[in-house]
Amino acid sequence: MPDARMEEFMARIERGDKIEAHDWMPEDYRLLLLRLIHMHAVSEIMGAYPEKEWVPKAPTLRRKMSLAAKVQDEIGHGQLLLRVAEDLAAPLGRHRVDLMDDVITGRVKFHNVFHMEAPTWADAGIIGWLVDGAAIITQTALLDCSYAPYARVLKRICAEESFHMQHGESIILSLAEGEPWQREMLQEALNRWWEAILFFFGPPVVTDAARRMMEYRIRSRTNEELRQKFLTRYVPRIRAVGLEIPDSALRYDDEAGLWRYTEPDWERLSRMVRDNTGPKSQERISLRRRAHQDQAWVREALLRARAAAAV
Amino acid sequence: MVARDSGMLDRGRILGDLALQLGDEELFLGHRDSEWLGLAPEIEEDVAFASMAQDEVRHAAFWYELAETAGMGQADALAFDRPATDRRHAALCARPNGDWAHTVLRHYLYDAWDAVRLMALAEAGEETVAQGARRMLREEHYHHLHMEKWVVDLGRAGGEAGQRLLKAFQALLPDLPHLAAFAVDPQALVDLGILARPLPDLRREFVARISPTLAKAGLPVHPVEAALAAQPEDRARSVAPLADAEELLSTMNGVRSLGAAAW
Repeated sequence: MPDARMEEFMARIERGDKIEAHDWMPEDYRLLLLRLIHMHAVSEIMGAYPEKEWVPKAPTLRRKMSLAAKVQDEIGHGQLLLRVAEDLAAPLGRHRVDLMDDVITGRVKFHNVFHMEAPTWADAGIIGWLVDGAAIITQTALLDCSYAPYARVLKRICAEESFHMQHGESIILSLAEGEPWQREMLQEALNRWWEAILFFFGPPVVTDAARRMMEYRIRSRTNEELRQKFLTRYVPRIRAVGLEIPDSALRYDDEAGLWRYTEPDWERLSRMVRDNTGPKSQERISLRRRAHQDQAWVREALLRARAAAAV
Repeated sequence: MVARDSGMLDRGRILGDLALQLGDEELFLGHRDSEWLGLAPEIEEDVAFASMAQDEVRHAAFWYELAETAGMGQADALAFDRPATDRRHAALCARPNGDWAHTVLRHYLYDAWDAVRLMALAEAGEETVAQGARRMLREEHYHHLHMEKWVVDLGRAGGEAGQRLLKAFQALLPDLPHLAAFAVDPQALVDLGILARPLPDLRREFVARISPTLAKAGLPVHPVEAALAAQPEDRARSVAPLADAEELLSTMNGVRSLGAAAW
């Protein structure tokens, strides 16, 4: 027997209505959204680590301020997204502390790019320029998401990400116009990041979850469409600063209207995200553990102080 | 009285030296704050603390630019390239980070002293300094409220938090006389009209400012008074211990030391 609430819900989605946190929604919709937004939130927070180590080492006062502001934004995005995820998780009996514990237990995954090493200052630039540039593409594609609280938060996130991209570009341009050894450092960073950035958009196959998210109008573009958009936007820019893209197969196929490229090692990189076995996965999870578990005493103290003040 | 009668009343140089002191302190504390990025006890606090770290570095930039105007060198070079032996910071600002109790108590004490000092600079007649000081006071007001709340909450919570706070207090106490002092002769600052009040007055204001907060947090104020009385620091204070600054500078110059270049 068809569920009337479900039919009404799908009719709303198809009309282009937006769903609010207090509206009825099918369990499947809630779980798909929660998984997406939880991973997005955690990725923003884990994304702070590759760059945060460069804040104390940033080479000028201006760079230090702008990189600190950028890392702060990323953590702030994590906070905004966690609030959205918390509303979705509450009816399931799960709360902020559980969502954060999931990082440490490996129950929630984070984007592949944040499992990677960032061994030089040029990596800090590449992350801002290309990783944030890629994130703008995936996130703007979600701006029309059927879940209104997520769409609202994304609007602010996308605006800030475009500053991050410009901040990264500014670092890149200084290095590209700098000494030969600075250019070399930059090229090496690009070589290190290229495959991971292509992987960032996800495999070209449309999974069952992705198909359902499209039906619910949570997302509307496929991974491959987004990757193509990234290549169209960034390949000319990367070449314009005199860098070489480390893929001899990369070319634009005029006939098909598509970029052809060497495929990332989907299997190896997927395993890295799934099992947290990237070069920096465990180190970064242990930083999160330090922040969250080792300082549980601070959060407990705040609760006691609040209780004492209420007496 | 050395500074006043030996022909050293070089206003520009004293102003430059003061700017370097304030720049070094804000930069070093901002650097220590920035080491907390991603590691604060709660996500919301990470955002708030990162914001304060940026304020401190921005204040440092203001002071280094003032020193640049006084002809002491380019602001970034002053911030990054001076060795530990040339630094003018209070020892407390460069100490390695401890736990969260140490971090918030250090920040609270520094902010309290900074507010007292900035008010005395804002009220004096040196307009460039006074303008900067007034702007910083507006921001420091929020830092002060934030840190005060942390100190009081940890103290009121008692238990492990209370013990950690007391331990932090004992560790920070010996650094307070060096903090509540100047790297240039404080009387010369008063005579030149840069500082509105002499150091002993500022120290009394500092104690009056922190006393109610320490009391609420269950910490005694008497040891602070005793420590300050034992070390009047009425001349230009000595250089801070080198080891902390050397370690901090070697990290801070991790990229810059790769070679002379535009960044």
